[in-house]
Parts: sequence; structure tokens; C-alpha cells
Amino acid sequence: MATLNLNGRDVSLPDDPRTTLLDFLHQHLSLFGTKKGCDHGQCGACTVIADGKRINACLVFAFQLEGAEVTTIEGIGEGESLHPLQKAFIERDAFQCGYCTSGQICSGVSLLREMKNEDPSAVTYSQTRHSKASLKEDISERMSGNLCRCGAYPNIVDAITDVIALERQ
Amino acid sequence: MQPFTLHHYNGEKPLSSLPLDTRSRFLAGGTNLIDLMKLQVETPKTLVSLAKWDKANTISEDDNYYYIGAMVTNSDLAKFAHTQPNVSLLAQALLSGATVQLRNRATTAGNLLQRTRCYYFYDTTKACNKREPGTGCSAYNSMNRIHAIFGTSESCIATHPSDMAVAMIALNAQVHTQQPDGNTRQIALRDFYREPGDTPHIETQLDEDELITHVSIKKKANGTQYYHKVRDRSSYAFALVSVAAGLKIEDGRFKDLSLAFGGVGTKPWYPQKAISFLEGAEPTQEVILQAAEAELSKAKTFGSNDFKPELLRRTLTKVLLELAEHQVKHPGHEGALYDNA
Repeated sequence: MATLNLNGRDVSLPDDPRTTLLDFLHQHLSLFGTKKGCDHGQCGACTVIADGKRINACLVFAFQLEGAEVTTIEGIGEGESLHPLQKAFIERDAFQCGYCTSGQICSGVSLLREMKNEDPSAVTYSQTRHSKASLKEDISERMSGNLCRCGAYPNIVDAITDVIALERQ
Repeated sequence: MQPFTLHHYNGEKPLSSLPLDTRSRFLAGGTNLIDLMKLQVETPKTLVSLAKWDKANTISEDDNYYYIGAMVTNSDLAKFAHTQPNVSLLAQALLSGATVQLRNRATTAGNLLQRTRCYYFYDTTKACNKREPGTGCSAYNSMNRIHAIFGTSESCIATHPSDMAVAMIALNAQVHTQQPDGNTRQIALRDFYREPGDTPHIETQLDEDELITHVSIKKKANGTQYYHKVRDRSSYAFALVSVAAGLKIEDGRFKDLSLAFGGVGTKPWYPQKAISFLEGAEPTQEVILQAAEAELSKAKTFGSNDFKPELLRRTLTKVLLELAEHQVKHPGHEGALYDNA
């Protein structure tokens, strides 16, 4: 039977191949932490992590991820223990309405790994003639796939900056 | 979304075993096709998923070429190109496009074949010759700020949206394909796209049952390189104008100029006239503006996009002068104009 691994447990793929991963989470698994914003890959509210990489759950059919390991916001922390980035979001007041937050956090958790791996971003090649681009500028670029209509961006960047500093200690 | 029959292709069974026709589509990452299927702009009867085609998900190289598999993601390709100074242009272009989430799914072949972002193409209540041949072009006499100035026709003025393809055209990439009869083809990317003419729904030289297997790029020195993208916001927006350029300066003159334009053509634009004018010329503002004028002699604007020729002149001038200045200061330099790595 075709399955994918979701937050550590194998789940059978849906019969209808039109089912996106996002609709699969909502309609088949009753996991509503991942949000549907635009449903067209523009807002990032549905960001999840598949085989270690953040993706838009609305723009992938569930069957395309057969055999993959998928982590949603429900699998980011360990039990009652929050991920450091979840704690930082609370400490930095990095949300208002909260609708985009699960996507922001899944995106941010991936960003931490990408920056540790020294994956390049557009800021790597930006026109900063005499100085290295600032970390906050780089975080903003890397998070540009997650919109926040409340405008909590500065606090989101602060929360991610805090965790990067924490990890570098 | 309309129902479809699902098939899988893993590279082992022959393409001829698949029901490929005008109503079938290959599904790579899906970041564009799934979106278009939700909107019913695309309504394929058959989808052939390439998710299990592992062999196409690799980058290899020999002494002369880089070989990029069709299913290599934009993220993986950007990371690879970032480590190769002679194709830095490709990394810069890829990283200027979309978002990390999209680049993690979007593939090399899918990026080449992505459809236009013309608003009328996406809106099924509007006439569009590309979506529904013979219905007319809603953009021609309407809001057309993002639309093309090169390669247009009365049938279609939609812009090709890719950044990656612009860099690949500058670098003279070759597209390799496989046909159901087992034959393979190699098509220069510079010849791969078709101008719309009166058949804007036919966008490339590919047959409907032909599959891109990989892209190759010749290993050669491309000098200092810069992909400069001008857009409405600084991240996650399509180009209004982009210039992909790599060059060397020898004896005070342009040498081995690689150049292509994005955001201005119905296909990623290879500016042959401008290149002929510039190769071997002195890198001055006057010369660059004359080269821009030579290329722009065949441009046509449509009202809301009247700003594009001037934006292109200014962007081209800035990019080429900065690259030339860098080459003069650092003779023999190979890699990105700006590198904060």
C-alpha cells in the first residue's frame, strides 16, 4: 500500500490523485495546523517540511510524496516541549492573528538548517559593495515566501535571529 | 479540478507505453501545472508523474560539460551553480526567482516549460489565444504593464516568466530530449522557444509526446557575471526587466559577451543585434546605448508597458559598465560581480 510518513507515522495515500497534500492533511487526517491561505503557492501559510525541505503543501499532490517523510507544525516540537523557534515566536510577539504562524515556523525551522548548511540566497549576490549583507536582510529574503497580513515581519525576523544566535553559542 | 488518469514514468519503461497526446501532461514538481489545473486553465486528461524518475534528479559533469537532469530542483541547481564560478550567473538567476518553498519543488525542465503569468491567461473569463486559440488577446489593448516588447504578435504579447532560462540562454545551454520512438534530440535553448505568431498556444519546439531528459552547459570561462532583475518588490516577484550578462575585458574591449534579457520577450530574449554591436567594442555608455537601440529597433510597446525600453536601456548600461569596471580592476576574474558568501 502506498504511504508517506507523517510526523513519524505511516499514513496511506488518498485514492483520488487530485488530493493535494494540504487537502489530505485537512480532509483525511484532521490535521488543521497547516493553514490554507491562497491555495496557489503565493502566501506560504501551508508550508510543511518534506524530506528536510520546506514546500508549499497546496502545490503538491499527496501521491507525489509517496515514501517521503513529511513534518507539519504538529510534529515540529517534541510532545509538550516547544521547538526553540516556537518559544522565540512567543517571546518576540512574532504574530498577531496567528493564521500564518504555523507556515512561518515550518519555514523558519528549515531556514535554520539552510543557513547552517550555507545554502546561498539572493542576498549572497546582492549589490552590497563594501560590506557583508546583514543577517536580517538575509533572513527577510529567505522568508519572502511567507506573507503576514498583520505585518509582524520585524518580530518574525527577530525571533529567527534569536534562535540563530542561540544555536551559535 | 477536473479528473485525470494518472500514469507514472520512472525512466525504465519506454515512453511509447504511455498514452501521450495533446491532452496529456508530464508532471514534474507541479508548482505551475497544479496551480493551472486548480484554475482549469489546464485540464489534462492524462497526467504522467515523473516523481519516481530518480535518474533525472542528478547533476554530473565531464571535462567539457555540466549535465543537469530534468528533475533537479531549482534549489539544488542553485546550490551547485553557486560552487562553480563559471556558471555563477545561473545561481544568481535561480535565487532571484520565486521562494525557497517553490524552488525546493520546481525542476529544471519544469522551469523551462512554465507558462506565462499574463493575467488574462490565468483568468478563464477573459479571451486569450494562448489558453483558447482563436478567442483573441485581452492584453493587447488593455492593461499590459508586465507584457512583452520583443517577439510579440497581434495574437499574443505575454511574457515568458523564467529567470533560469534567461541565464541559460546567455550561457548557451542545450536541451536534450527523448521521443517515444527512442530517438533523442539536442536543441539549443536559444532555438527552443517559439515566438507566438498566430499560434501562441505552441510555445516550444517540443512534440507533445517528447520529454526533456537533461540540459547541458559547456564549461568555459564566462568572466564576471551578473543577473540583475528589476521588479516591483525586492523578492518574490517576476521581472519587469532583467539582464543576464557575463563578460571579459581584453585590451580595453568587450570579449566573450554572454547576454540575455528577461521580462521583455515572449520568450527569454537572446539579443543578437546588441551582442554583435558590443563584441569587441569599448565599454562606454555611448556604445552600450547604441547596442540597446539596435536591439530596440524591433521592439513594440502597448501602452502600460511603454516604460520598458527605457528601463532596459538603463539596466543594460548599469550592468555592462559595472561588469567592465570589475574586469578592468580584476583581470581574468571569473564569478559573480557581487559575492557576499
